[in-house]
Amino acid sequence: MMRWLAVALAGLLACGAASSAEDALRIGSKNFTESIVLAEVLRLDAQRHGLQLEHKRAMGGSAILWKALLEGSIDAYPEYTGTITRELLHDVPADATLDQIGEALHKQGIGIGQPLGFDDSYALGVSQELATRLGLHTLSDLRAHPELRFGLSNEFMSRGDGWPGLMAAYGYAPKSIKALDHGLAYRALAGGAADVIDLYTTDAEIRNYHIQVLEDDRHYFPSYQAVWLYRLDAAQRTQQFEASLRDLAGGVSLQAMQDMNAAVMLDKRDETDVAASFLGIRGATQQSAGMLDRLWHRTLEHLRLVGISLGAAIVFGLPIGIFAARVRRFGQAILAATAVLQTIPSLAMFVFLIPLLGIGARPAIAALFLYSLLPIVRNTLSGLASIPAPLQEAAASLGLPAGVRLLRIELPLAARTIIAGIGTAAVINVGTATLGALIGAGGYGEPILTGIRLGNVPQILEGAVPAALLALLVLALFQGIEHLVTPRGLRLPARN
Amino acid sequence: MEGPVLFSVESLSKRHGSGLALDNVSLRFEPGSVTALIGSSGAGKSTLLRMLIGLDWPDEGQVTVDGQPLQPDGRMALRRRVGYVTQDGGLFPHLTARDNLALLPRHLGWSAAKIDTRAQELAERMQLPQDLLRRFPAELSGGQRQRVAVMRALMTDPAALLLDEPLGALDPVVRFDLQEQLRQVFADVASTVVLVTHDLPEAAFLASRLVLLHQGAVIQDGPPEELFAHPANDFVRRFINAHRDLPQVRP
Repeated sequence: MMRWLAVALAGLLACGAASSAEDALRIGSKNFTESIVLAEVLRLDAQRHGLQLEHKRAMGGSAILWKALLEGSIDAYPEYTGTITRELLHDVPADATLDQIGEALHKQGIGIGQPLGFDDSYALGVSQELATRLGLHTLSDLRAHPELRFGLSNEFMSRGDGWPGLMAAYGYAPKSIKALDHGLAYRALAGGAADVIDLYTTDAEIRNYHIQVLEDDRHYFPSYQAVWLYRLDAAQRTQQFEASLRDLAGGVSLQAMQDMNAAVMLDKRDETDVAASFLGIRGATQQSAGMLDRLWHRTLEHLRLVGISLGAAIVFGLPIGIFAARVRRFGQAILAATAVLQTIPSLAMFVFLIPLLGIGARPAIAALFLYSLLPIVRNTLSGLASIPAPLQEAAASLGLPAGVRLLRIELPLAARTIIAGIGTAAVINVGTATLGALIGAGGYGEPILTGIRLGNVPQILEGAVPAALLALLVLALFQGIEHLVTPRGLRLPARN
Repeated sequence: MEGPVLFSVESLSKRHGSGLALDNVSLRFEPGSVTALIGSSGAGKSTLLRMLIGLDWPDEGQVTVDGQPLQPDGRMALRRRVGYVTQDGGLFPHLTARDNLALLPRHLGWSAAKIDTRAQELAERMQLPQDLLRRFPAELSGGQRQRVAVMRALMTDPAALLLDEPLGALDPVVRFDLQEQLRQVFADVASTVVLVTHDLPEAAFLASRLVLLHQGAVIQDGPPEELFAHPANDFVRRFINAHRDLPQVRP
């Protein structure tokens, strides 16, 4: 009976170990379209030079990508100068020149490429129709029209480099300001609910909605030039890598970037496809060609997350549960502690673990491990504690050592409950592992997150359906194991 | 095997809730003797029996085994020398009858052949059909289960045999047959036997010495004939008389 348990565990762990870990150069992207497209452009360009790069898509926000670059889990990613000076480096002024930034980065072993050719900064926009009617070209032109209604995003309203500073710099005194969600701003403008909105200069919607972006003639907004950040050691090691990074400098105009964003966001084209068109490549190969390949790859990633974390939870949870059953006083404290772990929201758990374990699979596995502990510990404890008192006494009266009693009598009697606990942990684990994609752990969560970002339901389903199927499969697997480990004598109806 | 155990208890007291489960009890159980602890429910019989192998501990007083005070770290060694049977048998439901019998012998390093030989020998003595040994407890009748439980207690030829209401849950006919077999077993083994029962005729049939407990204290101690001839007090008299006479049934 215990043999079956061992076989099942070994199987799970073997799935986990079968992960991809070749020593290729890796590039990353943030979790928005522009970043992903740029990284795909770099990947395809390098491919043209005969260099294969692995692109870890949509890993997270700036902090996560920066940390990954410093740790060496990626070798390059696209970043913006304003973000570098304001968020990543603390020893350079906000208006530092590229040379100053490069110097500061160099100390950390990081290189900065020449600007790619566009600036993705905040701006204000009005409809082209209004711009023509009132003759609006620059931000200064707005001052003469206090009657225009401003619809501004919440973030822009509150940022130091957003509305408060802008209002002072240009001396605006508008009669009406409304806070909007950024996603709704363009529709508000089109619907006539607002006349002026804030936007990012590369937003795909700018052309679609016929927006006139007003020129920042007083240079109030900081510069957010797109650049590559890369590891100096990787660039030195691989000539073609450095060549590709250089290749693209100055090659991506604002117009081109807007077009590429629009192609993905509005025309629903694939990022790889869009990047290939930009480079003039035909028939670009996706990183993982077919859907089956992708699915297989993600399934392995997902199983690895689930297998390792669950295996570890069993290895630690069983002894903890046994200990808790033996020493009842600690039992309650242990249960309380694992229950507290359970209440920590997964996102918060990931955030706690990132400083300790970096990003990627490791913090995700650690978080899943912690979540899996409660059901296993609790069921081990209750399985052992619910052995009827006369049987416990009969076991004690035989004079067998505690270890023998545990293996031959107590664990077999509690096996069904314990396996049910492991099964619960496994099913929860399969579901929670999809959130691992938030911190670059891969798995089924990746297409779900991308699908949410692009509003692409089929893509969401590409992750959600296999995740649900895997959960069902795991459920069935553990029901089978439960049946196998339940001693035959316990399945018989009692008779008198 | 070694000789039968000498148990003795000195001034055992045990509080139980507001009352006393045992009240200053001192007794000796001579090697090879067969003693029945009798009395009403809650008289302290089972508590006393359990204390002999350290399943329960007295608040005051001491248990000695072959002259040595029983210590917590000596319990396991003692229990391996003692067979213990409870009212519900205490068979493990996940193991077949044979595997229940094999638990302790296997730990002591017996070969499978030796275990099976001994099991067959005991099955014969307890009149249990051999093929029932392959069954799980849930597939056995109540009487069969108790037979297996007694066999498990006898497997390693213990130096003492403690039985706590071993026939308490059986129907009268099965009980009658098993009383006969138990008497034979007690006569055959050299072990010191202590039996708990609230059934006076059963006690008198199985044991050569009766110890009557009431509210945790020993009221009378002696051979059955003495108990019947000279009841120590009114309670003993009532205990003896608490049986209905049946009209004679013609064969």
